[in-house]
Amino acid sequence: MITNDYSFRFTKSSKYLNAVLLIIPMVLLFIGVYGGLMQTLFRAGIVQSDPFVGGDYYKGLTFHGVLNAIVFTTFFAVALGNALVPYSLRKPLNSKIAWLSGILMLVGSVLAAVFILMGEATVLYTFYPPLKAHPMFYVGLTLLVVGSWVAAYNWVPMYLEWRRENKGKKTPLAVVGMFTTFIIWFIASLAVAVEILFMLLPWSLGLVDEINVMLARTLFWFFGHPLVYFWLLPAYVMYYVFMPKIAGGKLYSDMAGRLVFMMFILFSIPVGTHHQYMDPAIGSQWKLLHGIFTFAVALPSLITAFTIAASLEHAGRRKGATGLFNWMGKLPYFDKNKWLFAYLITGLFIFVFGGIGGIINASYQMNTVIHNTAWVPGHFHLTVAGPVLLAFLGGSLYLIGQFMNKKIRLKGTAMIMPYIYTIGLFIMSYGLKVGGLKGMPRRTNTGASYANPDSLLYQPDWMLYIDLTVIGGVIMFIGIVMFIASFFTTVFSKSEPGTVSEDGSVEVTFPISESLHDEEAKWLRNFKPYIIIAIILIVLSYAPVIYDVLQATYGGSLPYSPDSPVPLR
Amino acid sequence: MDKSEKLALTLSALLLGVFFASIIYASTAKDIDVPTCITDFDPFLRDTLFQTGPDTYELQMVARMWAFAPSTIRLPKGSTVDLYVTSQDIIHGFKVERKNLNLMAVPGAINYMRVTFDEAGEYLFACHEFCGAAHHTMAGRFIIEEGIDEPETED
Repeated sequence: MITNDYSFRFTKSSKYLNAVLLIIPMVLLFIGVYGGLMQTLFRAGIVQSDPFVGGDYYKGLTFHGVLNAIVFTTFFAVALGNALVPYSLRKPLNSKIAWLSGILMLVGSVLAAVFILMGEATVLYTFYPPLKAHPMFYVGLTLLVVGSWVAAYNWVPMYLEWRRENKGKKTPLAVVGMFTTFIIWFIASLAVAVEILFMLLPWSLGLVDEINVMLARTLFWFFGHPLVYFWLLPAYVMYYVFMPKIAGGKLYSDMAGRLVFMMFILFSIPVGTHHQYMDPAIGSQWKLLHGIFTFAVALPSLITAFTIAASLEHAGRRKGATGLFNWMGKLPYFDKNKWLFAYLITGLFIFVFGGIGGIINASYQMNTVIHNTAWVPGHFHLTVAGPVLLAFLGGSLYLIGQFMNKKIRLKGTAMIMPYIYTIGLFIMSYGLKVGGLKGMPRRTNTGASYANPDSLLYQPDWMLYIDLTVIGGVIMFIGIVMFIASFFTTVFSKSEPGTVSEDGSVEVTFPISESLHDEEAKWLRNFKPYIIIAIILIVLSYAPVIYDVLQATYGGSLPYSPDSPVPLR
Repeated sequence: MDKSEKLALTLSALLLGVFFASIIYASTAKDIDVPTCITDFDPFLRDTLFQTGPDTYELQMVARMWAFAPSTIRLPKGSTVDLYVTSQDIIHGFKVERKNLNLMAVPGAINYMRVTFDEAGEYLFACHEFCGAAHHTMAGRFIIEEGIDEPETED
């Protein structure tokens, strides 16, 4: 049995790369978070114009969505893989290819961010045509995605070499998790690549006049739902691999972890049409099929809930807990030295509510009540802005400390931050969700209409919920400011004396958990059959949808700017 | 696999099975459905309201930047409306307050839903898909009253 406490040496080049991949997106994240704060204030009518975003609510909404949900998450997933894959396989990272991927992603994100801030790409995070953005916005997003593909491609030869050298051994769970993340990402982003390269880009450049809007929407959601698993899975990797060890226990079942990841490969893609229940041009029977598949993808999350709870119970009992629930009190919630635990446990707690909301959204008929209402941002703030964001923030702080060889500064602030953020998040999401059930739309500058008593559209019943979102949003913002303070104080602090070696390489250690039940599970050892079944499921579920879309649409659409009802040509 | 793990798996699968069964029950036995694919309806450019029976109407609604046409629809209590919605420019959303009526208005396609108004009152509807600078001003109302002689629409 190999011991799990070991450190691995990263070269100077890969060390700097990972530091860059963590620090630059953190700055972009903070710009996005500022946009989020401004939105709650705009929605409530507290501010009507804001000098930073030029008084444009929808531009702020675009950069909040793109920077926080696409840029930050993609960078963190790549950085975590660049750290965990070499670490778990004990093989050096090919840093030339890794830098190439990092540079593509950086150039792409900065390009997209610049055009959004210039107001040339106010098309929101979903960039639905025929609302047109500047071509460079689409190019930027493409470079970001391609850069992340290159990063994952870089890990494949390492893995194949490891398999040749370690015949019959189980692939480390962290590696299985990271590969699952990027297999899903790769299949899903093929659809959005087709949308951008063959539809949006030529149309935005003026090479073709018209675009089939329903087809673009369908391709977007082929990508758009698996995208959420691309966010969620690195968090799952941290739950399975780090969390039991930090809590002082073991992972309850290694096989459950592997099963969960394989189930995500199978079921995360053929479900995208559940975002299009209210769309025309797609037969309701196919929407029902996607609804059923969506429930299947809830299964791995239910297994995770059980396995992680069992692992934490094991940790609690090891510390002497007895009785049915005593173990819950024995966990290191407020242990400064185990600050990462706070990020993971709050995220899990939030995800219980996020998951229940997700099942409601996916439920075919119930979706009618909540589709595109404020309920939806209420829901995804409980998922992506909850477990995903908190795990990624905790992970970023952990990684930056390791790679830059720094002691974490303001540890107490960093430890308490997830709890403050969670309180804010629950208040804000409650406001959005109940407001949504009362019909309040999402993506709307309500402050200029429904929350303004002078407006014909003033809706007094919505005011309480709009106010709750402000209170929650401000508390969340305070949480993020606390995190940023701890993160950058750490980045700019002095390195530990005597730990930096002469060639600039650095020793990295991760809290990798052992497993309590370590079954053989040979049928979970190979990605190939799962990928093949996933492709079959995708073809079966998407072929009829695409056929319907092409059959039931007429004409194409010219490009429009958000500022004028007259088409651009 | 130990006993507790098997139990957890079985219970999870059962729970999801109940959910499957209930959506299939709702869509078949209760006939609660979502919008579907329409291939036999001609594209329309203007809004119109027809009476198709004693209490039934057909409403063709056009969404555009930044208004619904018609934006006010007066109907007698108990009316059933066959609602067809399309967009003349970009994507819009159409959600009626206090009603399970929620449609995307997508250019190049027509969306359909049937709705019955059993209770009198005003039902606000608002655009819920971002459609440009004045998106948040895009809204309208169904006004349902007892004893209206002549149903009418206003742009």
